[in-house]
Amino acid sequence: MGILKKRVNDFPTPYTCVRAIKEGGPETKLSMVLMGLGNIMHKQTLKGLLYLAVEVVYVVFMIYAGLGFIGGLGSLGTQPQQEYWDEASQVYMYTAGDQSILILLYGVATLFLTAVMFWAWRGALKSAYKAECLDKAGKHVNTFAEDLKSLLDENLHRLLMTPPTIFIGIFTVLPLIFMICMAFTNYSKIDNHLMLFDWVGLDNFAALFDSSSILGSTFWSVLVWTLVWAFFATFSNYICGMILALLINRNGTRAKGFWRFCFVLTCAVPMFVSLLIMRTMLQPEGAVNVLLRNLGIIAQDASLPFFTDPTWARVTVIVINVWVGVPYTLLQLTGVLQNIPGELYEAAKIDGANAVQIFTKITLPYMFYVTTPYLIVTFTGNVNNFNVIYLLSGGDPVTNLASTAGSTDLLVTWLYKLTIDRQYYNVGAVIGILTFIILAVGALFTYRRSKSYKEEGGF
Amino acid sequence: MGAKRKKFIKNSIVHVILAVLAAIWVFPILWVVLTSFRAEKGSYVSTFFPKAFTLDNYIRLFTDTTILNFPKMFMNTLIIAIFSCIIAAFYTLAVSYCLSRLRFKMRKPYMNVAMILGLFPGFMSMIAVYFILKAVGLTEGNLIRVALILCYSGGAGLGFQIAKGFLDTIPTAIDEAALLDGCTRWQIFSKITMPLSKPIIIYTVLTAFMSPWLDFIFARVICRANADQYTIAIGLWRMLEKEYIDSWYTSFAAGAVLVSIPIAILFLCMQKYYVDGVSGAVKG
Repeated sequence: MGILKKRVNDFPTPYTCVRAIKEGGPETKLSMVLMGLGNIMHKQTLKGLLYLAVEVVYVVFMIYAGLGFIGGLGSLGTQPQQEYWDEASQVYMYTAGDQSILILLYGVATLFLTAVMFWAWRGALKSAYKAECLDKAGKHVNTFAEDLKSLLDENLHRLLMTPPTIFIGIFTVLPLIFMICMAFTNYSKIDNHLMLFDWVGLDNFAALFDSSSILGSTFWSVLVWTLVWAFFATFSNYICGMILALLINRNGTRAKGFWRFCFVLTCAVPMFVSLLIMRTMLQPEGAVNVLLRNLGIIAQDASLPFFTDPTWARVTVIVINVWVGVPYTLLQLTGVLQNIPGELYEAAKIDGANAVQIFTKITLPYMFYVTTPYLIVTFTGNVNNFNVIYLLSGGDPVTNLASTAGSTDLLVTWLYKLTIDRQYYNVGAVIGILTFIILAVGALFTYRRSKSYKEEGGF
Repeated sequence: MGAKRKKFIKNSIVHVILAVLAAIWVFPILWVVLTSFRAEKGSYVSTFFPKAFTLDNYIRLFTDTTILNFPKMFMNTLIIAIFSCIIAAFYTLAVSYCLSRLRFKMRKPYMNVAMILGLFPGFMSMIAVYFILKAVGLTEGNLIRVALILCYSGGAGLGFQIAKGFLDTIPTAIDEAALLDGCTRWQIFSKITMPLSKPIIIYTVLTAFMSPWLDFIFARVICRANADQYTIAIGLWRMLEKEYIDSWYTSFAAGAVLVSIPIAILFLCMQKYYVDGVSGAVKG
């Protein structure tokens, strides 16, 4: 552990890139151009050849295709698709025009590859310098077999982390960069820019922030509702779940296991199933209205406008979210609640506090203190809570026919509608970026100050 | 006597409240189970309890394959779930082991980047993923399955928090002793740490296995109109669309019950680990 501990905070190594360039021998310096040369000169032939092969493949790719891909990024294609009359087969044919989306994708992917290549180049340089230093000092230089073996021991993290990281790179980071690029183009069904589009700079952001346009006013109303929703959804679940946990766990309650089972049963049902069920039950002719009619609470032909009136719909989604979320909260908070020191309660009772006072003065402050990180995670989760809104109300009801969002649409469901249904890819991307900025500012600020982040890995 | 009486009344009130709440929570589930056995068709009914019970809804699900091929969707989902579960579970465990036990330069940066990536709306990049898969040619025919497997296991390296929280609780003294005895770190990982973390392995495997059954957003974007590649979630979703809802509604309920049963059993068995995993991450 002693060795590990010393390396916890920083990982000093004499073999850095800067030193390789400044102090390396001629063969190391030449490795900057011809990757792997230093290794070949210093008993690491196989490793050096591998580096060289990587470089050759990259250079060949760049010459044959890569440079063209990067060059295409500037204009994103100019040749529109054209219709022409084919005499031979007597039909109208289309010439293959430029497809901006593919040009952008290939360009971004090539840049991504170049970044990876740069990282490999640094690795080669460091490795060459290390081989040179060790060889000159007369120390043992690792053979290729020994290098491979070290992957199972001191370099195990390289072996285990590389495949997942590659997957993340391809399926998370690359698409994200690609999407962020789209935010600065006019890739959208508006003005028919689905095949050919151009860079437009910050125009999309300006359009979204311009509150006099229909897009801008929709954005602000959706943003406000998203924050209101996230606040109520988080705290209603939190408080209701806590009260329920207290009710079940108080001393006088019998059959604690049975009650917990009843509530936990609902989170055992897949969320999309229970939400779809809820939606059909709350339709004008659904089970809830039928039940209310049979009980005589509402008139025979009347129905409560759960998803047809904006205010009703907003309240409904928050209430249903309580139904969906409270069992989870119950599960998660039970353990934390039991950790509250008993003396606090005893002291309060002796001082004559009643149940409400104990809850607001002891339980709530204690819980807030302990579960702040959990609350932040739930809050960000709710801002991005696609499932509940999309499956329940689908963003409906739409009150303003000119706008693209309904009254219960969150930023994320609006984003989904804009990209999938309407194909306004650029506006969708802008909304995604803005959602991220809102979350990132809030989360980073609070995460970094939270205790659990600071103490992480303190052993 | 007075105090005892007061306590009795208080307890009774609490129990009544709990009973009412439990009824509210169980009511929709009861309703879908009842609907799945209902003989009358259609989604709008005038009575809460079915007038007649039948098993036809379940039978139809597996025999009527002309419009919505449920058995085929089931097989699709199963295949996707098995493969993505293997890849995703291995990735998650490997990453969480490295972050929890090994100390290397990229460790902190990796965790920070993972947190930042987690803040982006998940399906913001969905369209981009589709274009990438299309450029590689994975969006036609049976290759859609490969595409879905890649999608579901692609982000596995980012979901390490719960497993890492668990691994953090295993004493490091064991690792040190093994290192002194000349074990390599791979041996520690495969022969010591993994056997000690069975609960979290089960938890990771199960969550990875379940996600293809539950997700319909990604599946819908990638499958598009390829009906023979649909997964269960899309199938159930389609049964509630306007053109199908009248004839398929009761079968939807039957399908929902069928999907829920295994997941409910797994969840109830794994409840403890779920709570442990989450509260481990919550402790302040």
